[in-house]
Amino acid sequence: MTEELIKVQALTKYFPIRGGLLSRVIGHVKAVDGVSFEVVKGETLGLVGESGCGKTTVGKTILRLIEPTSGEILYKQQDITKLTRGQFRKIRKNMQMVFQDPFLSLNPRMSVRQIVREPLQVNRVASSEDLEERVRHLVELVGLNPDHLNRYPHEFSGGQRQRIGVARALALNPEFVVLDEPTSALDVSVQAQILNLLTELQKKLGLTFLFISHDLSVVRQMSNRISVMYLGKIAETGPTTEMLSHPYHPYTQALFSAVLDPDPEVETRRIVLTGDVPSPANPPEGCRFHPRCWLANDRCRTEEPTMREIGSEHYVACYTH
Amino acid sequence: MCSALETRSLPCNVHITYQLDRNVDHGIVLPVMISERSTPDTREKEELLRIEDLKLYFFTLLGIVKALDGVELRLEKGDTLGLVGETGCGKSVTALSTIRLVPMPPAKIIDGKILFEGNDLVKVNEEKIRSIRGHKISVVFQEPTTSLNPVLKVGNQIGEVIMIHQDLAAEALECKIDRFESRKTWLENKGLTEVARLLRLQTRIDELTAIAESKGTGRLPKPSRSDLRRAALKRAVELLRLTGLPDPEKTAERYPHELSGGMRQRVMIAIALACNPDLLIADEPTSSLDVTIQAQIIQLMSELKKQMRSSILLITHHLGLVAHMCNKVAVMYAGRVVEYADTKDLFRTPLHPYTRALLRSVPKLREKAGRLDSIPGTVPDLLSPPSGCRFHPRCESAQGLCQEQSPKLIQVSPQHFVSCHLTRG
Repeated sequence: MTEELIKVQALTKYFPIRGGLLSRVIGHVKAVDGVSFEVVKGETLGLVGESGCGKTTVGKTILRLIEPTSGEILYKQQDITKLTRGQFRKIRKNMQMVFQDPFLSLNPRMSVRQIVREPLQVNRVASSEDLEERVRHLVELVGLNPDHLNRYPHEFSGGQRQRIGVARALALNPEFVVLDEPTSALDVSVQAQILNLLTELQKKLGLTFLFISHDLSVVRQMSNRISVMYLGKIAETGPTTEMLSHPYHPYTQALFSAVLDPDPEVETRRIVLTGDVPSPANPPEGCRFHPRCWLANDRCRTEEPTMREIGSEHYVACYTH
Repeated sequence: MCSALETRSLPCNVHITYQLDRNVDHGIVLPVMISERSTPDTREKEELLRIEDLKLYFFTLLGIVKALDGVELRLEKGDTLGLVGETGCGKSVTALSTIRLVPMPPAKIIDGKILFEGNDLVKVNEEKIRSIRGHKISVVFQEPTTSLNPVLKVGNQIGEVIMIHQDLAAEALECKIDRFESRKTWLENKGLTEVARLLRLQTRIDELTAIAESKGTGRLPKPSRSDLRRAALKRAVELLRLTGLPDPEKTAERYPHELSGGMRQRVMIAIALACNPDLLIADEPTSSLDVTIQAQIIQLMSELKKQMRSSILLITHHLGLVAHMCNKVAVMYAGRVVEYADTKDLFRTPLHPYTRALLRSVPKLREKAGRLDSIPGTVPDLLSPPSGCRFHPRCESAQGLCQEQSPKLIQVSPQHFVSCHLTRG
């Protein structure tokens, strides 16, 4: 029996655009516009999309780093959007995040010891004697040398810094970790190290991941299921292998076909989309993908498609076919 | 058993010298050497760029950073050469040093040659470099947002290159005639009050048209700056049309911040192609773009390359991009070229341990690896690079010799060069 750890329902996040003389709200950037999905305990859900499609906003909203405009976020059947800050703090321990850029997400004036120790102190989970041991244990867990605890972030390479970020996220023994493009700032050889580390930690500690990335090959490596986002909405969700062999949504097809395999002998039929991603402040009517879609019909232009099931656990929001 | 073989320079017409040293046995099997190119498909292509043993150091307060330490590279006309490697391996510095875009000081070229169409670009003076930069060799930079001037309209930015490098006298003259013509219409509409001016204008137009029609026989008058600018703008619009931007006339009148990332990169490409360069250096042209936009830009670049008959030097860390765009690849590691080969060769039979490890560490879309092979350790600090082969601390099969002696780039097959003590044929 699979157990839903996180269930997101009709989540929206509108950022106001202010303008004019009195800085009145003159519009909204619809960063996330009615997103629903669930993350099952122990799995990795990959959230893929291009820049500006709202994938990072989804990740941050789940942890209430950004307050949602509407919608529900259920953590073990409990709606966390309704909780007060104090109530939420107790739950928040179990949900952590690893950020994209290890050069920006670590305080340059704190040593590694301080960085990893801070969450433990804030939540008062360990006595002062235990603290040092916990910190050393965590640092070893992510493959860093505990003798380097007194060093500062600038003394480390990108890969090592991201390890520090992972250690900090794991300090409170979370169940659920949002990984927001954890390797996009790293070189390929180091990226492989971090991805392996994350897979190992997931097995060892029974973690559940939401893996946000624009790199499909990385998501494919890491995820059990993939959700593809386009302009604030989810276009398609399904098990990884199923999605790769039978992408259904035209956008998914184009996205997958645009990935360049590091093998010159693989001949791919590349679907090259015309145009750019429209602005989320003023999304197209009907299906948001229709201006770039080669299969779009009249219905796509006026009516917004809803998610429907087309295979086991495979959902798509598209009218064509 | 032979112990050291080396070639001085890169492919084709190279002489291979090898020594036989039977007394020393390093336990290394050396490749079968082919001293003459005997294959039928070796139609010698013309060489465009050759870099020989280039050493470029940065003199910093912390010490000497040996950014390039004996780089060897060769690019033939019509080729697309991919220069791959990780951050800080010197790939951008190699490419940018050809047109002297590396700040000197702190950088200094210690040794080596950069031969472009027979000239050694290390030795030529600043004036000569300026006539080549943007004209014969041009660059598409990584980040279009920061490399475009935010206070100039994109049309003028493209026009600037054209004005500097190309003779626009004839086109400027046409612009001048157009300008006079429109003034004439304006005067005619005013009625009969301006007859004298109208007649004067008409004679002037006739004169200019005569000069324009005599094309080349008569000397063209020196065009004014504003006419030059108009003529350059016209060409800029044509270039924008070529890069597939919708409504190029309007786009030329826009500022960079009004364009999306993909559009900006198209503008960058238009600037780079403005003078129909022989060599286009593309420094991570798609790494700041989304996958679907990346696909558009790649398609555009390959099409334009065919049309313009340029050669491309593509700098990237993205192996997939190299596999699909380039016919030659050079892999760099810590300031040296460690392997140079035909793309298919390199991906099918990578010889250098670094190339092999790099290829294995990339996650692939079409097959899932249980566990990715990663390269232990990190890229070395070039302030104090490792002795011998610079990859030996991370190499799985390093031996004693690797620590002591740095390997030379040797030829293992007509189009495959590798710099490793352990290479097997």
